[in-house]
Amino acid sequence: MLKLNHVSKTFNPGTTDAKLALNDLTLHVRKGDFISIIGANGAGKSTLFNAICGSFFVDSGSVILDGVDVTMLPEFRRAKVIGRLFQDPMRGSAPGMSIEENLVLAAGQGGWMSTAGKKEKQRFRDRLALLDMGLEDRMKQPVGLLSGGQRQALTLMMATLSTPKLLLLDEHTAALDPGTAEKVLALTTRIVEENDLTCLMITHNMQSALDLGNRTIMMDQGRVVFDTTGEERGALTVQDLLERFREASGKKLDNDRMLLA
Amino acid sequence: MSLPMILGLGQTALELALFNALTVLALFLSYSMLNVCDLSTDGCYALGAAVGAVVAISGHPWLSIPAAMGAGMLSGLVTAVLQTRMGVNSLLAGIIVNTGLYSVNIWIMGGSSLLNMNKTETVFTKLKAALKGTALSGQYALIIGLIAVAAVILFLSLFLRTRLGLAIRATGDNPDMVRSSSINPVFTTTVGLCISNAFTALSGCLLAQSQKSVTVDIGSGMVTVALASLLIGGVFLGRRSVPLRAVGAVLGAFVFRLVYTVALRFNLPAFMLKLISSVIVVIAISGPYLKKQFPLFRRRLAVKFGKAGMQ
Repeated sequence: MLKLNHVSKTFNPGTTDAKLALNDLTLHVRKGDFISIIGANGAGKSTLFNAICGSFFVDSGSVILDGVDVTMLPEFRRAKVIGRLFQDPMRGSAPGMSIEENLVLAAGQGGWMSTAGKKEKQRFRDRLALLDMGLEDRMKQPVGLLSGGQRQALTLMMATLSTPKLLLLDEHTAALDPGTAEKVLALTTRIVEENDLTCLMITHNMQSALDLGNRTIMMDQGRVVFDTTGEERGALTVQDLLERFREASGKKLDNDRMLLA
Repeated sequence: MSLPMILGLGQTALELALFNALTVLALFLSYSMLNVCDLSTDGCYALGAAVGAVVAISGHPWLSIPAAMGAGMLSGLVTAVLQTRMGVNSLLAGIIVNTGLYSVNIWIMGGSSLLNMNKTETVFTKLKAALKGTALSGQYALIIGLIAVAAVILFLSLFLRTRLGLAIRATGDNPDMVRSSSINPVFTTTVGLCISNAFTALSGCLLAQSQKSVTVDIGSGMVTVALASLLIGGVFLGRRSVPLRAVGAVLGAFVFRLVYTVALRFNLPAFMLKLISSVIVVIAISGPYLKKQFPLFRRRLAVKFGKAGMQ
C-alpha cells in the first residue's frame, strides 16, 4: 500500500542548523493498517507525514503509494488520494465559505466547471448527520462560525468524503478540549473502520496509541526504533512502551506532554 | 440648477460609474476572493483602453472588445507567473507589470501617449446609429455599460459556484488548506488573475471609447478608486452571498461616483478625486482595526492619567 524505502531528508543542509530529520527511514504499510505513531518532540513524526504528502521532496530514497512511485510528484497531485488532518482545527477548512461549499470542494468530483447537484448536496447532508452535531442544518453558514471541535469533525468528514487511499492524522485531537477530543477520536475510529481505510495517526497519548489501530511504531531521531503489532502489542502497557523507548534510544523519553497524558 | 442639467449630470455619472464598476468587479475577484492586491490594475486599465482604441481605429469596433480583454488576460498571466512561478512578491509583481505596461501601452499606441477616436467607429457609435430615432437614442452609452456590468456579474455569480470558482475562493480564504489539498494554488491564482485583468481591460476599453480618446495615464490611480468603491460596497452587502456581494461592489462604484459628482458641484477641484479615494480606502481598511484597538487605547489613557480601575 505505502512503502517508504530508505528515505532521508536534511533541513538546512550545509549550515550550522543542519538537521537530519529523516534518517534512512524504511516503512511498509499494508492495506487496512491503522498505525499509531509515537515519539518525542522532533523525532520526525510530522516530517514523515510531510514526506508522504510531498510538502517537500526527500533527499534520497523513494515513496511508493499504491504501487505508484510518487517520490517526485507535487503535493497537490498526491493529495487526491491522501486525506490529512492537522493539529490546528482551523487549517483544514475555509472559514469564509459555507459548510456546503467546503464539502463540494472536498468531494472533488466532476470537472472544474461543474457544480454540485441536488443529489450530491443531499449526500453531504446525510454524511454530516452522522456527526450528530446538527451541522446538516447549517449547510449555508460560513465555517468560521463553527467551534474548533466542529471544524475538526468537518475536516475529518471532508478528508474522507471521497474515500482516500491513505488517511494521515497529525495529533488531530490535541488542540481540542478532552470531551470533544474523545468524540472526534471515536468518530475517527468509526469512519476508518466503516470505510476500511489505511490510516497513520500521530498521537502523544500513549494509551490511545495502544488502544487504537492494529500496529504501533515509535520514532526517534528520524527513524523507526520500535514497531509492534498483533499479540505482542496487545500485551503492552504504557509502562512497557516507555521502557522500550529507553532501550531503543538509550535515553529517557523527554516529551512532557506524553508523560502527563 | 435646472432639472435637465441635473439629469444630464446624473446620467454621465451613472455611465462613468458603470464603466468603472467593471474594474471594481475585477478587484472583487482578485482582492476579495483571491486575496491578492493586484497593483497592475492601473496599467492594465490603460492597456485595455489602448488596445481597444487601436483595434477600433483600424476599423474593427466589435473586435476591440475581445482584443482588449485578451490583452488584459495576458497581462494578468504575466503578473500571475511572476508571483507563483518566479518567486516575486505578489505586490511587487503587480508594480513591476504596471511599470512595464507604461512602455507597452505607448508602444501599442504607436509611440504616442495620446490617441484620438473622434472620427472612429466604436461600439458606442455603432449602437448610437442602431438606436437612431427610437426612444433610447440618447441612452446608448448607458445601455452598453449596463449590458457589460450585468454580463460580468452574471458570469461571476455562476463561475464562483463552480468547483474552479470555489477553489479560487478557497485559495484566498485559507491558503494552508489549499496547499495540502488537491487544488494547485498556482493554477487557481493564475486563472483568477487572468479573468480579473480581462475585466479591468474591458473597463478601460469602454471608458476610452465612450470619451473618444486615450491617454497613457488614463488608468492612473484606478486601483485606489476601485478599491474605495469595493470597500464602500462591502459596507452595504459585505456579508451576503457572492452574487449579492458583486452587486454591492457595483453599488459601491455608484456611491463613490455620486459623492464625487456632488463634491464637484460644491466647487471641489477635479484633481481632488484621488485624494478622496485614498482617504476612503484608509478609512475603510483602518476603521475596523482602530475600532478594535479603541478599548485598549482608552485603558492606556486611564492608566496614564492615574485613573486605573476606572473603566
